[in-house]
Amino acid sequence: MALTIVSQIFPREMIPAVLPLIEDKLQHSKEIIRRKAVQALYKFYLIAPNQVQHIHDKFRKALCDRDAGVMAASLHIYLQMIKESSSGYKDLTGSFVAILKQVVGGKLPIDFNYHSVPAPWLQIQLLRILRLLGKDDPRTSELMYEVLDESLRRAEINHNITYAILSECVQTIYTIYPNSELLEKAAKCIGKFVLSPKINLKYLGLKALTYVIHQDPNLALQHQMTIIECLDHPDPIVKRETLELLYRITNGQNVIVIVQKMLDYLKESKEEYAIINLVGKIAELAEKYAPNNEWFIQTMNAVFSVGGDLVHTDIPNNFLRLLAEGFDDGKEDDKLRVYAVKSYLALLEEDDALYPQKFLQVMSWVLGEYSSLVTDVDPEVILTKLHSLLRKTFVTSETKVWIMATVTKIASRTSCSKAVDEIIQEFSNSLDTCMRQYAFELKNLCKDKELMKNLLPFDASCSDMVVDASLSFLDGFVAEGLGRGAAPYKPHHQRQEEKLSQEKALNFEPYRLSFASSVSSSGITGRQSPTGLSVGSDTSVNSAETGHKETSTLKLEGVRKLWGKEGYLPKKESKEGKEKEPQTASCSTLSTGQVGDPPALRFDQVASISEEDKEKQQLASTLFIGLGSNAGVSLMGKAETATQKFKRRSKINEIQHSEEVSDFRNSAAADFGPLLDTRPINMEDSEGSLHTRLRKASLSSSDIVEDNLAFEMPQSLRKSGLEERLSENRLSQSSLFADSNIEIFQPSPSAQCESASKTPLIPSLPEELEELTHSEIVQLCQSDALALYLCKVWTDDSLLLTVFVSNKTTAVLNAVNLVFEEAEHFQILESPSYQFPAIEAESVERCQKYVWMDKICTQGVLSGSVNYQLEMETRLDFSVTLSLMDFIRPMQMTTEDFGKLWLSLSNDVKQNIKMSSSQDTLSAALNTLQQKLKLHIVDVIGNEGILACQLLPSVPCLLHCRTHSRMLALWFRSPCSALPDSLLYQCQKVMEES
Amino acid sequence: MRFMLLFSRQGKLRLQKWFLATADRDKKKLVRELMQVVLARKPKMCSFLEWRDLKVVYKRYASLYFCCAIEGQDNELITLELIHRYVELLDKYFGSVCELDIIFNFEKAYFILDEFVMGGEIQDTSKKSVLKAIEQADLLQEVRHPCGASLGSTP
Repeated sequence: MALTIVSQIFPREMIPAVLPLIEDKLQHSKEIIRRKAVQALYKFYLIAPNQVQHIHDKFRKALCDRDAGVMAASLHIYLQMIKESSSGYKDLTGSFVAILKQVVGGKLPIDFNYHSVPAPWLQIQLLRILRLLGKDDPRTSELMYEVLDESLRRAEINHNITYAILSECVQTIYTIYPNSELLEKAAKCIGKFVLSPKINLKYLGLKALTYVIHQDPNLALQHQMTIIECLDHPDPIVKRETLELLYRITNGQNVIVIVQKMLDYLKESKEEYAIINLVGKIAELAEKYAPNNEWFIQTMNAVFSVGGDLVHTDIPNNFLRLLAEGFDDGKEDDKLRVYAVKSYLALLEEDDALYPQKFLQVMSWVLGEYSSLVTDVDPEVILTKLHSLLRKTFVTSETKVWIMATVTKIASRTSCSKAVDEIIQEFSNSLDTCMRQYAFELKNLCKDKELMKNLLPFDASCSDMVVDASLSFLDGFVAEGLGRGAAPYKPHHQRQEEKLSQEKALNFEPYRLSFASSVSSSGITGRQSPTGLSVGSDTSVNSAETGHKETSTLKLEGVRKLWGKEGYLPKKESKEGKEKEPQTASCSTLSTGQVGDPPALRFDQVASISEEDKEKQQLASTLFIGLGSNAGVSLMGKAETATQKFKRRSKINEIQHSEEVSDFRNSAAADFGPLLDTRPINMEDSEGSLHTRLRKASLSSSDIVEDNLAFEMPQSLRKSGLEERLSENRLSQSSLFADSNIEIFQPSPSAQCESASKTPLIPSLPEELEELTHSEIVQLCQSDALALYLCKVWTDDSLLLTVFVSNKTTAVLNAVNLVFEEAEHFQILESPSYQFPAIEAESVERCQKYVWMDKICTQGVLSGSVNYQLEMETRLDFSVTLSLMDFIRPMQMTTEDFGKLWLSLSNDVKQNIKMSSSQDTLSAALNTLQQKLKLHIVDVIGNEGILACQLLPSVPCLLHCRTHSRMLALWFRSPCSALPDSLLYQCQKVMEES
Repeated sequence: MRFMLLFSRQGKLRLQKWFLATADRDKKKLVRELMQVVLARKPKMCSFLEWRDLKVVYKRYASLYFCCAIEGQDNELITLELIHRYVELLDKYFGSVCELDIIFNFEKAYFILDEFVMGGEIQDTSKKSVLKAIEQADLLQEVRHPCGASLGSTP
């Protein structure tokens, strides 16, 4: 009975202790015990999948158990595993189908019958598994058609349980690869459901309709009348489901009616979750299908006022972006805006109406941007209205800040205004420091109308400001920092692990000082709050808002200070430690400051830039010959969006990037290459900056393959230069292979996928890879036209999957597309797909992907497919099994470092394993571990040994071994909790084998 | 399945079983709110609810509501039948079960549920084997009184 307890709430730490006991119970003679053991394992699997990995074959045994109960229990595990990755279990489809056939055919003991239906739960479980297996897979689906048909036929009795099976069947039929005959039957079933007088069935029928609808809209038409009836159904749940259905069939013609129905429902409903959900849908429909402006604005108003503050932040952001960017037609846009302004003014007329905060924020933004479009309203009126809003108590301070920004914008367009003065008066003494800050800014801006107009150009919210995503103007500083021994920049994911330790290393002091002197510290939060909302999704709002605020700050406090040597520190930090928001803010202070300021001021700044930066500027200007005027533009930018978008942008543009880089290199390699060599800037950054610069240069694109040759050379030059400098600072990333070729040491976006020149039909690794340790080249899959080969290359900092595609036909294959599916455990650096432009007849092309392990597992499958066009579109699936050991690298360190690191790590796992006679000494055992698991032996003292390794990119794991009386005591420590478990498993395996 | 609740028409919780670790405070809140929602529904309404991020399946037997919260992809009808099967089991064990049986022999009701549903998944669908397991457990316990059923019938 203890097994029952185990399957209840159970802590993951205790699993290793009880696991062997439960495994034993799998062999127990009583069915009930076996069944419960399987259930308990299922629970363990849910809690910690990697700890029960090694007993997967025991699950298989359970599936073939002679007792149906045990078999049924094992289905839970399979359902879960197949949910995670269906590709690995395709081979079991046959057995699942066979089981289902037996069940449907009534072969099970009579005990399992329920209302004379054989084992309905089992049937449903199986149907669900089949659904997952057959999804988008014609071959597997074919196996199922027969049995599905059978179960549809058998489930004819009029009882709830048969309906349950039917509905599950229908869902399966619609999910797997379609078969017309079955679809027809399924459609009939749905019809039966919808028309049923029983409310539960009706509900299920509607549900089925919702997921069927995108495949077969006609089905909905057949049941039109029923749907309409359901719409006025007294049960709100049925109503909601109907709306969900309508939402799916909305189009330009019926949108008004449907949205109206939705709004009606929205007004009635009180439940929070339902409101959020519905509001999102309405907003989406309104944006997609709005027939005219008035309707759109009215709908959105209704959404905001009913939805209140529950609405998701995306909705107001999207709405504002739509307003700002407009559609294709300028006139229409203006009409839309005018209408919006008018409707908001009308809404504000009503004095004591309470509006949700978000609605007020939207209103104030629109008024600020577009109120001048409405000519017949005096800005003074608007200002008074805003003023009265500011005084209201229900308005939160965040909204007040929005309103203040609006006031500032309007004030810039009017000459002198009493209301503005009043506001300034009132809030200059406000207790709220943010408000006071804004009041002061406004006051100062009012003194200088010219500047104000420059700052707040009309309708500039969506004129894109060019962002120097790479923060190239910081390169100089980074160079200096590196020179002084600062840590090199590390990409985000790598840094997360080291975040804590790095934070200690960074010196925040100067940053605080300089920042505090330029802005009152509360200003930070003030600035953050209005933009914080829109950061990320709505850059247009952002640019306008931050733009003017930052500059005003600068104007007040003087710029020089920020550009002094001291002022540079925060910038560097914010780059290296982007994790803190205020830092990014400081970045934007600096960069956006430049944007708004008149040119004269900018030259001032340039003059005051410290020595090393000048150098950098010169470099920049040489690069920008011909783009001179852009240089300033590239320096400006919204650093906060830049930092967020950096990763993504670079990803999107990678391929383009590599082309351009190579082009550029071709023409400028001579003078550019050496320059780069002397700049020990950090890797990622220089890539990025190159990228942005080069994008501007309009370069003619020529043949890539040709360029690669020219491109490879400077690239490697630069990298080797880089590597030398970086290696000093890099403790952990020492080379695995002493003679490794530095050329491919760093994964860089540009070196990612290159088409190799022609090689014979049997694939072979290029020379530079041949020198690294690599696996055998194995065939993945093949068809008549193509064969796929794979070779794993274990580079120092990632696993390089090299996929060879060989064309066996005598014709050129065009547009061969290789795509890796997203896997839970693995992360493919850069894009997961690669397109071969053309593969010549009887030749081999290759593509390289760098892979990291994202979530720890001892073994995982990375699946993918190749699409190619030969007479007809053909798809070839393949899967690659990657093990944890593919991602483990030795970690060089000294004994002292080991000691320090050991103490700082918290997750530990201890285990004793027996040593076989062949390796009964410590050194023999250590050697086995070193050879088989790529662990690095740090030190051996007496009968104790310490080893270190790391999981790529940089998760260390330390191991302490001790021998006593033919036992080897292993003690792992790592910052990651799952890593020791998995490594322990590997150790056990290795030691058993040898 | 996330959890299973039994409560009376008056909103008194009779039995609760959680298959996912939940904090006590959240539990209380969930139970209170869910009870309100379910009790407010009329008898003719459908027995499925989309509530928060859960799907709730409930069924009323005399004055008791049986209520299960399930995941998005689970089949509602089969859950309804699961409830029914559980009631059948109780009925068989107690011999025409009533609310008082469950109140006074709540531990038996829990045992039956444990044998029937384990870790949020249905374990054994055959009535016979569940009851056999329960009988064995009863024998093991060596209770002084043969069964608490006599207690249940007096008030």
